[in-house]
Amino acid sequence: MTTPTSRYPGLNLGKGHAEADNACEELVFGFWVFMMSDLILFGLLFGIYVTMLGATAGGPGPHELFEMKSAFIETMLLLTSSFTFGMASLALKYRHDKGRLVAWLVVTLLLGLAFIALELHDFSSMASKGGVPSRSGFLSAFFGLVPLHGLHVTVACLWLVALLAQIAIYGLDKGVKTGLIRLGILWHFLDIVWIGIFSLVYLGGLT
Amino acid sequence: MSHFLDMLFGRLGWDALPFWTMLQDHSTLSIINGVIATAAASMVVIGALVTFGLITWFGKWRLLWSDWLTSVDHKKIGIMFIVISVVMLARAVIEASFMRAQQAVGLDGGFLTVDHFGQFFTTHGTIMVFFMAMPFLTGLINYVMPLQIGARDLSFPVMNSISLGLTAAGAAIVMISLMFAPFSTGGWSGYPPFTELAYSPDAGVDYWIWAVTLSTLSSTLSGINFAVTIYKKRSPGMHLFRMPLFCWVSLCTAILMIFGMPPLTVATALLALDRYLDFHFFTTDLGGNMMNYVNLFWAFGHPEVYILILPAFGTFSEVFSTFSGKRLYGYNTLVIATMAIAVLSFTVWLHHFFTMGQSAHVNAAFGIATMLIGIPTGVKVYDWMLTMYRGRIRMSVPLVYALGFIVLFVLGGLTGIVLANPSVDYQVHNSLFLVAHFHNMLIPGTLFGMLAGTNFWFPKAFGFRLDERWGYRAAYSWIIGFMLAFFPLYALGLLGMPRRTVTFFEPAYLPWTIAAGCGVIFILFGGFSLCVQLWRSIRERHLNRVPVGDPWDGRSLEWSISAPPPEYNYPVIPQIYSRDAFMREKDEGTPYQRPDRYQDIEMPANSAMGVVIAATGFLMAFGLTWYMWWLVIASGVVALVAIILRGFVRNTSRIISAREVQETHERWLDIVNHTPGVSRAQEQTTANRGRALPPINGASQ
Amino acid sequence: MTKRTLSAEQENERQYELRTYILGYGLALILTLIPFALAAWGSLSRMTLWWVIGACALVQIVVHFRFFLHVTLAKNKREDLQLILFTALILIIMVGGTLWIMFNLYSRMMPSIMP
Ligand code: HEM
Ligand SMILES: [Cu+2]
Repeated sequence: MTTPTSRYPGLNLGKGHAEADNACEELVFGFWVFMMSDLILFGLLFGIYVTMLGATAGGPGPHELFEMKSAFIETMLLLTSSFTFGMASLALKYRHDKGRLVAWLVVTLLLGLAFIALELHDFSSMASKGGVPSRSGFLSAFFGLVPLHGLHVTVACLWLVALLAQIAIYGLDKGVKTGLIRLGILWHFLDIVWIGIFSLVYLGGLT
Repeated sequence: MSHFLDMLFGRLGWDALPFWTMLQDHSTLSIINGVIATAAASMVVIGALVTFGLITWFGKWRLLWSDWLTSVDHKKIGIMFIVISVVMLARAVIEASFMRAQQAVGLDGGFLTVDHFGQFFTTHGTIMVFFMAMPFLTGLINYVMPLQIGARDLSFPVMNSISLGLTAAGAAIVMISLMFAPFSTGGWSGYPPFTELAYSPDAGVDYWIWAVTLSTLSSTLSGINFAVTIYKKRSPGMHLFRMPLFCWVSLCTAILMIFGMPPLTVATALLALDRYLDFHFFTTDLGGNMMNYVNLFWAFGHPEVYILILPAFGTFSEVFSTFSGKRLYGYNTLVIATMAIAVLSFTVWLHHFFTMGQSAHVNAAFGIATMLIGIPTGVKVYDWMLTMYRGRIRMSVPLVYALGFIVLFVLGGLTGIVLANPSVDYQVHNSLFLVAHFHNMLIPGTLFGMLAGTNFWFPKAFGFRLDERWGYRAAYSWIIGFMLAFFPLYALGLLGMPRRTVTFFEPAYLPWTIAAGCGVIFILFGGFSLCVQLWRSIRERHLNRVPVGDPWDGRSLEWSISAPPPEYNYPVIPQIYSRDAFMREKDEGTPYQRPDRYQDIEMPANSAMGVVIAATGFLMAFGLTWYMWWLVIASGVVALVAIILRGFVRNTSRIISAREVQETHERWLDIVNHTPGVSRAQEQTTANRGRALPPINGASQ
Repeated sequence: MTKRTLSAEQENERQYELRTYILGYGLALILTLIPFALAAWGSLSRMTLWWVIGACALVQIVVHFRFFLHVTLAKNKREDLQLILFTALILIIMVGGTLWIMFNLYSRMMPSIMP
């Protein structure tokens, strides 16, 4: 089995897409570097969250506020969306027709939106139990970290919609392809950050 | 009606005008401060009006728009960065003079109010770091680095223009705070809880937060751009270890920007959450913890000081070797030292808060790490000295700055090693000793480096040399002025005078503060000399033209093309065979070759994105500061839509035909062939048209 | 014709990449289910549980990088890998340093806040 040669992180478009593949080399590397910078941002917020664990100031803590079930469902949604995005990338690379690509992308988008909806629902149920950021340092740290991830997912969904519109207008041209490859990286990256969140914040908090 | 006005103007009211307090309170002190603040605001307004007026008068709006503001040419963006930085430098130096003047007469009083003095040191520090040094070095790297690696532009030209826009917006926010006061009094580090809503409820801290945030975003993007460019856009044969040292420092600076900026982004964002949405990260109640802020701020702060210094190191490396007529000594060790500094600079941040209360072994670890940085820095100093050793040294203006740097920087570095010792730091932290130390690094280091770089590369950028006579005057005044203004602060610090103090009651301080005040007179003369230098150079530009482009017998690639360079830099991408690529060609007698074949060149097309982001960024920051929520939402939506629409744009490049390239290039080659070479002895005369004689004949002094 | 007419080599590559994603998804699922299951029904001590959760998370991160982002040890991937490793180094320094400093401060000044 030969591993395909690669020029940038994420799925490589390969020779079949020479022009877009060339453009990707620089674009994707740049985006990758940006992701790393973003990773530092998240890393620091994780660190702050840990330092604020004890700062509940008499307010509600993880046990009163978090629910394992919804954290689990969110995890599944996001993980599956990562997989479906992978399928979309393969459809982009190996198929002529837009249909399958668009179908996978729409599935991914729906999973992403479901994730956001569930997360918002979580936040509101936390708020109803008195879990609002102004209550304590601990809750501030939680609402500094987790919604930032949610915001990233929202932006990714928005980007996905924009790319779907671009597909509708331009078909699968270079711009669309490079965009999809970069969005793929963002998507998988957000899933990686979520691993940190469910492990540290939810599971760590609930045990 | 009033409800509507409230919504329209948020909390912006008449009392934001700089002369408002003066009208209410007629004490002498209040009137003096009101007059100063009003004068400053008027200067901004008049400056803006005059600029607008002149542009309109000369009918240059269209030109400004299409050739500059929407240009994505790295050279023009670099120049615009530096223009912003010079304007901000002027303001910050004036503020510094006011502070020095205040302290020179500050025994039992002085003429500034506490609040006003607080705004002075806060804006001075914020501007010097974020809106003078950062744009200056970003501009310099922007201009020089792509030329040195043989590239036609940065990897992401439009993002470059967006970086410029963000910095411009931040600078504009700091400027407009003179008209709609106040600015923060929390210092450039903005420590909570003082900067929390409970203790600083007015708009000042919000101005500070958003100005700094804009600048941070800009630097992060610039860092990514530089790093990717260096990784992906080097011309064939330009291995990493063939790059000029300036490119190496650019790479390390870029890495520091990418990884060093996020902590500040986090710190200011969390502070903003505290202030706007009632979070409790750093408040004094409900579990807030300001120590987290201090830690975050310096996790950024220390990499930042190396962002400020590395480009200067790179510039000086080029200057030392060019004006010694020698190869850079110890290239490999310089590269390794640069990388070592870049990595080590992430491991020392705690030395900024030795006194916060952690145990001695934590302090010891960070103290030792700090001292370790002295080693690679020392290596560099020796390399520079050995570069000059036995060289044919020409005392040009950049070299004067470089020599001033090397002596003064070592002194400042030694005081840094002193401060790295926690037990000593306990005695002098937060005193003027510290202020003396970091100015001793930042003025001879960063500022001299940038000024040396300007003198060095100006002829490349504009096609004529800068006037040397006033250049020397400026350099010597800065050096002398610096020593006079800051060496007394070491003494003051040891005598126990705290930093950021408006008045003092200890007569023993007075002689020193007066001495420091005198130093500022020299510095101001230095600044004045810089203006005269620029003005005279422009007036006499026809005499000092260097169209061939190599006025200093340069070594790296950027000197091999015309001055100013064409938009596409290189008509044909050069093939590189060794370090000091252009010097090698000259040594072999093969510079200025006529290429066999020309090709069409694809260049990025102009884009208004930078302007859009600048405008929306500015308005959003302004709206956030004054609680004009409609403005925040409107500008946010416009920015978002613009970014999305940008994704739909398909023709993002422009072709320059091979014919045009050929014509331009051959015209220049004709000039080259008709220009007699000039020896190094005549470097500073009008005989210098930018063509250097080969070293064997030309190197004599 | 829905599929692009693929050469044998490309078909190979497609098979390989498809399997990569499926394998990655499977591994990630397992590595997610283990900690959730242990946290919900397991009877491990708190400390052991934390270690297991942490270990699963780390392995899962590697899985994502390897199978979804295609970062491998292959030579032409070194640049990306180096970047990740450098980022990891900086994260360890910054976040590790932060925790060290802050908890040291807590232990000396506000022990009540130690979790
Ligand atoms: C041009 C000559 C300069 C003069 C005369 C000057 C003078 C001063 C003075 C009087 C202060 C206040 C000291 C105190 O706290 O009592 C100060 C603070 C400061 N200066 Fe400068 N400075 C100069 C250049 C620079 C440069 C080039 C930089 C940085 C690149 C810089 C960065 C700072 C910073 C960061 C502070 C601390 C502000 C704070 O306390 O928050 N200065 N300077
Ligand atoms: Cu430091």
